[in-house]
Amino acid sequence: MLLEIKDLHANIEGKEILRGINLTVNPGEIHAIMGPNGSGKSTLAAILAGRKEYEITQGEILFEGKDLLDLEPEERAGEGLFLAFQYPIEIPGVNTQIFLRAAVNAVRKYRGQEDLDAMQFLKLVKEKTKIVELSDQLLKRSVNEGFSGGEKKRAEIFQMAMLDPKLSILDETDSGLDIDALKIVANGVNALKSPEKSTVVITHYQRLLDYIVPDFVHVLYQGRIIQSGGKELALELERAGYDPIKAQFAEAV
Amino acid sequence: MSPTTQHATERYLAEFQTFERDHPASMWLAGVRRRAIERFASLGFPTVRDEEWKYTDVTPVANLAVTPIFRANLNGDAARISGNLPFGDIAGHRLTFVNGHYSPELSHLETLPAGVTVSSLAAAFENQNEVVQEHFGKILDAENESFAALNTAFAQDGAFVQIPSNLQLETPLHLLFLTHGEGAPVSHPRNLVLAGDNSSVTLIETYASTGEGVYFTNAITEVIAGKNARVEHIKNQMESPKAFHIATLQIAASRDSWVRSHTVNFGGRIVRNNATAVMGDEGGEVTLNGLVVGKDAQHIDNHTTMDHAMPHCLSHEHYAHVLDDQSNGVFNGKIFVRLDAQKTDAKQSNRTLLLSRDAQINAKPQLEIFADDVKCTHGATIGQLDEDALFYLRARGIPEIAARNILIRAFANEVLDGIPVEDLRQKLEAMLLTRLS
Amino acid sequence: MSTETQTIEALATQEYSAGFVTDIESETLPRGLSEEIVRTISAKKDEPQWLLEWRLKAYRHWLTMEEPHWLNAHYPHLNYQDIIYYSAPKPKEKLASLDEVDPKLLETYNKLGISIDEQKILANVAVDLVFDSVSVTTTFKAKLNEMGIIFCSFSEAVREHGDLVKQYLGSVVPYSDNYFATLNSAVFSDGSFVYIPKGVRCPMELSTYFRINTQDSGQFERTLIIADDDAYVSYLEGCTAPKFDTNQLHAAVVELVALERAQIKYSTVQNWYPGDKEGVGGIYNFVTKRGAARGESSKISWTQVETGSAITWKYPSVLMIGDNSIGEFYSVAVTNNAQKADTGTKMIHLGKNTRSTIVSKGISAGQGHNSYRGLVKVMKGAENARNFSQCDSLLIGNRCGAHTFPYIEVRNPSAKVEHEASTSKVGEDQIFYCNARGIGTEDAVSMIVNGFCKEVFRELPMEFAVEAQKLLGISLEGSVG
Repeated sequence: MLLEIKDLHANIEGKEILRGINLTVNPGEIHAIMGPNGSGKSTLAAILAGRKEYEITQGEILFEGKDLLDLEPEERAGEGLFLAFQYPIEIPGVNTQIFLRAAVNAVRKYRGQEDLDAMQFLKLVKEKTKIVELSDQLLKRSVNEGFSGGEKKRAEIFQMAMLDPKLSILDETDSGLDIDALKIVANGVNALKSPEKSTVVITHYQRLLDYIVPDFVHVLYQGRIIQSGGKELALELERAGYDPIKAQFAEAV
Repeated sequence: MSPTTQHATERYLAEFQTFERDHPASMWLAGVRRRAIERFASLGFPTVRDEEWKYTDVTPVANLAVTPIFRANLNGDAARISGNLPFGDIAGHRLTFVNGHYSPELSHLETLPAGVTVSSLAAAFENQNEVVQEHFGKILDAENESFAALNTAFAQDGAFVQIPSNLQLETPLHLLFLTHGEGAPVSHPRNLVLAGDNSSVTLIETYASTGEGVYFTNAITEVIAGKNARVEHIKNQMESPKAFHIATLQIAASRDSWVRSHTVNFGGRIVRNNATAVMGDEGGEVTLNGLVVGKDAQHIDNHTTMDHAMPHCLSHEHYAHVLDDQSNGVFNGKIFVRLDAQKTDAKQSNRTLLLSRDAQINAKPQLEIFADDVKCTHGATIGQLDEDALFYLRARGIPEIAARNILIRAFANEVLDGIPVEDLRQKLEAMLLTRLS
Repeated sequence: MSTETQTIEALATQEYSAGFVTDIESETLPRGLSEEIVRTISAKKDEPQWLLEWRLKAYRHWLTMEEPHWLNAHYPHLNYQDIIYYSAPKPKEKLASLDEVDPKLLETYNKLGISIDEQKILANVAVDLVFDSVSVTTTFKAKLNEMGIIFCSFSEAVREHGDLVKQYLGSVVPYSDNYFATLNSAVFSDGSFVYIPKGVRCPMELSTYFRINTQDSGQFERTLIIADDDAYVSYLEGCTAPKFDTNQLHAAVVELVALERAQIKYSTVQNWYPGDKEGVGGIYNFVTKRGAARGESSKISWTQVETGSAITWKYPSVLMIGDNSIGEFYSVAVTNNAQKADTGTKMIHLGKNTRSTIVSKGISAGQGHNSYRGLVKVMKGAENARNFSQCDSLLIGNRCGAHTFPYIEVRNPSAKVEHEASTSKVGEDQIFYCNARGIGTEDAVSMIVNGFCKEVFRELPMEFAVEAQKLLGISLEGSVG
């Protein structure tokens, strides 16, 4: 088991956002988490990556058996957890390549690997930029500064490729992308797929799942996973919307 | 204390003796005045060695042999003046003061909603109004500011406005201060405005003269905005070209209040406006905008302070100067962000157009920040009209003079456009055009 | 290992790494200031009569002046009778080469990480070392001599090039300029002198390392740099001081003169001892630096990285006298713990078509207070003057402060002056983003801060830029919770 979320409850400023999430991700699986706005999708992603604003009131998260909530964000990255941000942060004046090299070597150090020297690093960059068709011009600019929406998302997937995570969480990586950019991002994700690596795709729309085919689809609503199924569940949601499920849920409660 | 104004200080002190003797006040007011004159005696008039007065020499103001006038006197000119009041025809209530004293015959109060108080301060003093006693001079620094101390010492009249909680006063309230007569009259108008919680009010202050003479106005307006109150304030400084005008606007913004002030300066020989807003609770939002159109040898100085004392407050500031002939502009815009004022968002801009070789500007946009989670920016630009824009207009067939005027108007209108009283704004735009031609 | 990781390791182990005292004999005058002391300093240095008289004029003028106490930083009145005004390493016989320099001295510089050998070979830098007040050795002299470049200690310049010194000394910063410059004029002990002859482009960066060693000795250097017509020089100044509990005064004067089409680039990295966390000890760095861009199309550019000193008051300025002349000021100032920095520039536009640029980056951490104080003045005759100023402040922690006092005085309508300022904090979002990519918080802050300063570091010569980045890391040690 790679990731195990058990009965996770979380608050922000006293307001309960997650009300008992249960989710298990095994190596090699792709999970999609869908749900209407405000259902708690991004909160879940933020908690996994280690944002501190949320108060965990109940439950636990295990990553390869370790208590994830005990780890600092950079330790989680070292362990092999990667979050592709919904809104990647701009860091003025900090060159993307320098940033990435610091990240790659920090993560390698954590994993007990040697630092990459400049040549090895550049080689890796060259190899990975191809995956997302990213221009090296972007790497010469400051981190995410002045990138278009599509460039930011591609840069996130490129960073994912560079950091070689075991579990990638894509937080609404498809939002704001046109169909071509969407395909590039999806191709990138697919190219990195392997039997050991898992992906959690958080999305609002079904269309990304045409390109990244999930093994499991979960519907998150009011802080709980109210339905799980195979990829056909996503198509069902696309056709009928969330209302029937919401209604069902309301009856059940 | 400056030796060049020592004599003037003594003259005011002597005059105070007469004033105190001839105009007995309640024990409370007499005490306030006495403390203020003591402060003034020890402060004296400021000099250019004081950082806050570095660019404005008030020696001519101090040394002006003024005539104290202790009551409104129109000398039978009321009819003529009343037909010619500046901005006399804009809709709303109007309180007129002549040489600092309330003139009922030039005032015009429509039926006010129940609970609204609009009166002369003199009347409120007379009635020993408790609200006045509670708030008068409380948000002001008369301890360290010479002119504020001087005004407080001679405080006699002005407007007292109180808007009760939850009341929206729809029509604007116009406070008109006229100076009338020869012999360098001096006045110390004093206004106290209290906007209750959730109330809203639009306040217009106009300073003008019936003639073109020399005189000295030393005004103070205190505005206290209650919780969630909305206050719009417009000050029209249209004093005579020979007049000295020194004024303090002190704003206290409570929680979630919203205060916006516009100061338009067309008049005066030596002018100094101090505008200070203290955001004393969370969620306050204050705007201070100003326009200066200087001509001849006018010296117009605007000192503003945005004092962010508490977190989550917003401030905006835009000052535009158009300076022609030998006019002299001074802008000092301070933004204070105090230790507790996290999440402050303060923006200030200051733009100057110099139209003549002899015009000059001294600007000091100043940030003092003691909290770490804040966003503060200020920008200052000084220059001439955009030559490219000018060329573009001319290439479209507009003659140079007209093209220049279009651009200058556009520059000044950035401030005038924000004035919420439509008929006033139109008049100011028209006056701007006349002034520029 | 990445640079960031190295910085962090340095952070972990280093407090003020330049805080050691070198134990060598020095010849020291008794404490205190009097006309007699001024005469003695002048006599010790075999100075000509005119210079003694100039010093005395300054001293007498100084007696009439008052110690300035008008800024954001408060300091106790200094006791000028308790300062040692002259302290020189005891002279050995004249040195023929570096080998003969006191090994302890060289060791000091090695500890500071400025091995002369290394710099000689690798960086092609000619180093003029100032140990306390007397210049000890000058390298690369021969090569510079060939080109007619004079780079020597101030004392030597007085002896060997008296006419040049006499012509230019006090021509940019008059002896009566301000309290500390006047004091310096009376008692300055040594410093550097540079003259670049007409048409010569100095082929290497000239560099001086200043160091304050003797406890309670004030440091009063005097630097004078003259670039003749069409000449170019880049000058680097680095400063460190050992730790002492008492506050020491540093009152230097730097004068730059650029003649027709000449260019002078002056870079400083200042990490004088800042005092401890409680604000005990540290240097009072009250320095007057001014350049006169006298010639047509001449250019003076100041770049400074200020990370040290308890209090810094410093306003490197440019008088743009020549038509088309240029003034530049690039500054990074860091204050941590109880440090106070009040720094900025004065750009005075006198000539036609003069242009100035100001880029100031202030970083405040701990209880540090950082003020930018600048003046842009466009005089009446300065047609088409242009100025662009940018003052950005970065705050780390919630007990620090950032203050901006830009004075703008414009007397000519053809001027175009633009000023921008911003204040921001190191964003939690930015740090979290770095964390999520595996980068620890200290490293993340270091990266963000270096990014913030990039526009200034870009102006520094390469080897200085690296040192500046390291210093920044050390100065901000422990500032992130």
